[in-house]
Amino acid sequence: MDMNSSAQQNNNLPLLRISNLQTRFHTQDGVVHAVNGISYSLDSGEILGVVGESGCGKSVHALSIMRLIQIPPGEIADGEIWFEGRDLLKLSENEMRRLRGRDIAMVFQDPMTSLNPVYTVGFQICEALMLHMNMNRKQARERTIELLNLVGIPEPTKRIDNYPHQFSGGMRQRAMIAMALSCEPKLLIADEPTTALDVTIQAQIIDLVMNLQKEMGMSVMWITHDLGIVAEMVHKINVMYAGFIIEQGLVDDIYDETLHPYTKGLLGSLPSIDEAPGTKLISIPGLPPDLITLPSGCPFYARCTYRRDYCREERPELESVNANGHAVACWRWREI
Amino acid sequence: MSQNKQLLQVRNLKKYFPISSGVLFNRKKRYVKAVDDVSFEVYDGETLGLVGETGCGKTTVARTLLQLYHPTSGQILFDGINLTDLPENEMRKIRSRMQMIFQDPYASLNPRMTVGSIISAPLDVHTQMSRNEKREKVQELLQLVGLNPDFVNRYPHEFSGGQRQRIGIARALALNPDLVVCDEPISSLDVSIQAQVVNLLEELQGRLGMTYIFVAHDLSMVRHISDRIVVMYLGKVMEMADRNEIYLRPQHPYTKALMSAVPIPNPKKARTRQRIILQGDIPSPINPPQGCNFNTRCPVAQEICFKEEPVYRELAPGHFIACHFA
Repeated sequence: MDMNSSAQQNNNLPLLRISNLQTRFHTQDGVVHAVNGISYSLDSGEILGVVGESGCGKSVHALSIMRLIQIPPGEIADGEIWFEGRDLLKLSENEMRRLRGRDIAMVFQDPMTSLNPVYTVGFQICEALMLHMNMNRKQARERTIELLNLVGIPEPTKRIDNYPHQFSGGMRQRAMIAMALSCEPKLLIADEPTTALDVTIQAQIIDLVMNLQKEMGMSVMWITHDLGIVAEMVHKINVMYAGFIIEQGLVDDIYDETLHPYTKGLLGSLPSIDEAPGTKLISIPGLPPDLITLPSGCPFYARCTYRRDYCREERPELESVNANGHAVACWRWREI
Repeated sequence: MSQNKQLLQVRNLKKYFPISSGVLFNRKKRYVKAVDDVSFEVYDGETLGLVGETGCGKTTVARTLLQLYHPTSGQILFDGINLTDLPENEMRKIRSRMQMIFQDPYASLNPRMTVGSIISAPLDVHTQMSRNEKREKVQELLQLVGLNPDFVNRYPHEFSGGQRQRIGIARALALNPDLVVCDEPISSLDVSIQAQVVNLLEELQGRLGMTYIFVAHDLSMVRHISDRIVVMYLGKVMEMADRNEIYLRPQHPYTKALMSAVPIPNPKKARTRQRIILQGDIPSPINPPQGCNFNTRCPVAQEICFKEEPVYRELAPGHFIACHFA
């Protein structure tokens, strides 16, 4: 498909469509199967939450979209990532570099390590503008001040010449968001952007991203391990476990009609704000499986309270549950 | 809980850290007022939650309680004994009755020691147990925290974050302490593992009857585990009350903001609620604002808040607050 025709078809094509993505890492101990054939699509202006524990492949899948997986030891073994009518996995490194930061931008978990300490915050934001938007230094500086203002940094004309260590954690994350939004991307990938922050600052950042999303109409992918955070902000949710999507659907379906035992466990782990005193949390026993020696049956078998012997034999595929895209990968979802 | 005896009383506790300025004379001119006039008490067998943002002094309070920092002024009475003027050798004996669980399970376990020697370290210092007795005790402790007793000879790197935190808990319980100070024990863990650790802490309290001080920045888990809650901001106590009182009738604007920052895992409820989003960051404790500490971020601040510091007073029985408008 050539690029002109794909631009016209934008209205009915999803912005991002991933099919059967598989990412592996070849390590000394063996092959780590980080992402094991996931497929989903994301429309323009949609907000998607990707939820799961550490090591379930959610960050690796995001880095695969950005083609930021180091090869070797990494390998994108199979799959397609269609973004605006182009398969990102077939682009050259040069084409990919033009796309990164301009069409797809990413905000990382740790604002302390993702800014370069020896350059001013302003310089780091200007850099992207000059590279992708063909601005000269003066235009880039003006736009950067606008952006810092947009993300709520006080006195942007002064703050633009500050170094990252002069910013607090919340302000650094705001600066990172300003940088990510500088080229008005169509897709913003936020990889646990609030995990390192206080709850009050977390609320500020969520509010900021929501407002910017409404203003700019971009799509957002919000990666987190906490189902509580995404409840109020996303349209759709992918729940990941051991590199598989084990449940996906609209946010209300996921919370009201929770089907997969793992999703139930994640929700049960959160204390609810109106619980009765003395309520016990429903935790998920055990640990996620080793991604080197994946079990052949259901990956959640070892920790599942509803398991049966046959669950161990064959891995359940995602099965559609309703017309709104709610799907679950569990042999027993009808019974439990 | 209030009919129980008071295990710990903290009176007007202050901890200032000096900042040296000037190269030549190294004059100590300014101070970080990490903890500034904090008073509360802890009843026997209860769990007291200590909440606040980064830099509010909650960890400093926790460490000062155990005399890991020497307080600038104030009193800490543990079982009636004033810890602040106790000689070091007497303090050492009392420390066996108060233990701490640390935030970072990666930094708080020595990577060169086996799990067995980590857990038996307090036994080496404080008891005269024989080698076999210690070995038995360690295995018993591992079992208590839900780890396989055969793991004694493994090293910390062989365990996941949640399992390491269990090792830290086993170490804290080795001497059957009366008071365990949990300094953000779950904030570096995944939610599913957080629930495991919190359930374990509750279960152990039910079985062994010790008292917890649970320090955290996340009000939802604190509310789950605590009987009473102390809300701190910039080195001072803003509000203290029973957990349900804090939840149903929060009076301080800061407590209200913290409550509304807690994510609700229910999309319908989350969409309809009114959120109070605080502007800006916590100010520097070197140069705290005049008047009420919270005035730079308070949504209801009036003129008086910038002039006068509110008095910390008892609003209703057991419900304390420092705000002009409550």
